[in-house]
Amino acid sequence: MLRQLEGSRAVAEAVALCRPEVICAYPISPQTHIVEQLSGLVKSGELAPCEFVNVESEFAAMSVAIGASATGARAYTATASQGLLYMTEALYNASGLGLPIVMTLANRAIGAPINIWNDHSDSMSQRDCGWIQLYAETNQEALDLHIQAFRLAEALSTPVMVCMDGFILTHAFERVDMPTQEQVDAFLPPYAPRQALDPDEPITIGAMVGPEAFMEVKYLAHAKQMQALELIPAIAADFQDAFGRESGGLIRPYRSEDAETIVVALGSVLGTIKDTIDELREEGMRIGALGITSFRPFPLEAVRAALERAQRVVVLEKALAVGVGGIVSANVRMALAGIDLHGYTVIAGLGGRPITKASLRKLFADAAADRIEALTFLDMDWDLVGRELARMGESRTSGPHAENILRDIGPIAAGPV
Amino acid sequence: MSMPAIRYYQTGSFAVGNRLLDPEQRSEQASEQRSNAITCGHRACQGCGEALGARYALDAAMRATGGRLIAANATGCLEVFSTPYPESSWQLPWLHSLFGNAPAVATGIAAALRAKGREDIRVVGQGGDGGTVDIGFACLSGMFERNDDVLYICYDNEAYMNTGVQRSGATPPAARTTTTPALGPEPGNVFGQGKSAPLIAMAHEIPYVATATVAELRDLEAKVQTAMSIRGARYLHVFVPCPLGWGSASKDTIRIARLAKETGIFPVFEAHDGEVTDVSKIRRKLPVEEYLRPQGRFAHLFKPEVQRETIARIQAGANRNIRRFGLLGGEDGDDGRRGGPGRDGAPGRDGGPGRDGGIR
Repeated sequence: MLRQLEGSRAVAEAVALCRPEVICAYPISPQTHIVEQLSGLVKSGELAPCEFVNVESEFAAMSVAIGASATGARAYTATASQGLLYMTEALYNASGLGLPIVMTLANRAIGAPINIWNDHSDSMSQRDCGWIQLYAETNQEALDLHIQAFRLAEALSTPVMVCMDGFILTHAFERVDMPTQEQVDAFLPPYAPRQALDPDEPITIGAMVGPEAFMEVKYLAHAKQMQALELIPAIAADFQDAFGRESGGLIRPYRSEDAETIVVALGSVLGTIKDTIDELREEGMRIGALGITSFRPFPLEAVRAALERAQRVVVLEKALAVGVGGIVSANVRMALAGIDLHGYTVIAGLGGRPITKASLRKLFADAAADRIEALTFLDMDWDLVGRELARMGESRTSGPHAENILRDIGPIAAGPV
Repeated sequence: MSMPAIRYYQTGSFAVGNRLLDPEQRSEQASEQRSNAITCGHRACQGCGEALGARYALDAAMRATGGRLIAANATGCLEVFSTPYPESSWQLPWLHSLFGNAPAVATGIAAALRAKGREDIRVVGQGGDGGTVDIGFACLSGMFERNDDVLYICYDNEAYMNTGVQRSGATPPAARTTTTPALGPEPGNVFGQGKSAPLIAMAHEIPYVATATVAELRDLEAKVQTAMSIRGARYLHVFVPCPLGWGSASKDTIRIARLAKETGIFPVFEAHDGEVTDVSKIRRKLPVEEYLRPQGRFAHLFKPEVQRETIARIQAGANRNIRRFGLLGGEDGDDGRRGGPGRDGAPGRDGGPGRDGGIR
């Protein structure tokens, strides 16, 4: 059924259609609207039998999900940014124990300086924690990916994180096609746990493992993600059959067949990138895009196949690996091992800085002419950076960076960037 | 259920169970039907108070629930010595997740059981003092304030024993640990630090808080039974000597636990809804030296010369406990434990022994 909904609400309703049994959450912007909506559905009894636990931290949120999932309940939580970091230890635990928890991540920057707006620093920091990471391009895809995520997680007994851009998606009202309960029930079978705490069949979960078996147990998380490389496209295909639309999968090429330049990105920025590509195509530029939906597992072969005929690849990243540059780029380069092409890393949109079509047009034109640096920062105000570096050089006690830079740019900070 | 008082001659000195008692009054540990929730073959040290406490507590909880029990365990000695891969000593469904999250994991289990309509199955969370009063404290407080249906048991051996005897928030003043060495002008742990987890638990006004030691088995079992007769958040803090960390003889574990109670070092009490409702009276008050002397962690208080001032400060702390909880007097023949669990359906609210001895 077509509806005009906020992204958070669309996701909350999709999660509700998946019949979760335990939802636990700690509030953090921009995740709040999702869990507020779900708490209402539980409180009203609409979602029964389901428990909503208001926990005291994200660490507790993931821990409650671990306990619930290990008891055989379908468990869900949502977080963002600092919250994801605060549950880091439990993220690794959930994947190590093989618990199919599904979590929404409303992507948001990581401080300091504190910032509530969107980028991918949070999820990228946890790319190796053993969770599958799926990135939504639109609100429709965010909704759809949750339904697929429960099926994927439970099929493999491994947790899945659905990443959706904070505010850009979570707080945007868009038209979405909301499936019916019958459709979701037909697509997503009841949770049949691989392991469950049950007095009738007492088992020990979480034993200490020494050097004699640790590598093998750890490898299983990797083996499951390798299986996911097969399962993610299969589930997406099933989903298309059942719901009549394309959502999910490993990668999403766009006008890349004959492209000399291919832009690689994740999440909602793909929309702006595609619009820009359409314009540049009309002007005769052979440019395309590759959206990566599944960042973990990283589809090395699919990415290679999609990019190997290009002359250059521009990876547009919403996160910065301080001290080296790109994170997605490093994975893309691994996929392209042995292939000789121009590769560029573009760091863009950190802390919610808008990624505009105008900026992308110029960037892509410059890239197509190989006029950009291997590591480029989109729309960086180098004067501002230069002045702070100068202040640091002049005085040992130049003070805090953020405050100095804010003072430097003055009151216009409140206006349009 | 009313239970007749147990006479001294029926239990001998401190025997765990006795054929002179009515069968239902005998300890679960003396029963052939006990569940052996943590069974033999685990790798605890000789004389480990925690292994003993866990065995008493979980067997009692298994009996109280008819074996319908799931345990969430914090990282620590209890976890490590009971589950060296691929072995497990646990005869009940048991989950270890992390060091600091056992109360939250227990909440998750309870929530799942509620969602599944399986509230006949009960949940125990457990850990050492480090996992409970330090790194797991936020999760513990959250579980308390939500009044989640979990019994959380802290086995308190007063330091991080699993990592090699480092100071915790439950380490007593003057005790030597590997991070509060017996060096300098004030050797050992400093005075004026640490926290009382049971009192903080009481401040949450949860339905039930109790303390116990491994020296009083029937008291510990009765408290577990009481706890399992109540729904909501419950906290049991069990004093468990650690021969390795305390530098005490393995054979002295029970004796030292008893001395902790008899000197007033460790008040044994129970509280309902934030109010102390019963205390275990000191049978024969002893000076704190009796408790301190057998423990290597306090050896610097006695040699090369006796540190009278420091011992006096420890004595003052014990005296404060005695005053605060009314640990002296008012008892006759028995050892001061309350008559039994769940009497009159309102455990401990009937003005039983020690009722007037609460916090002053």
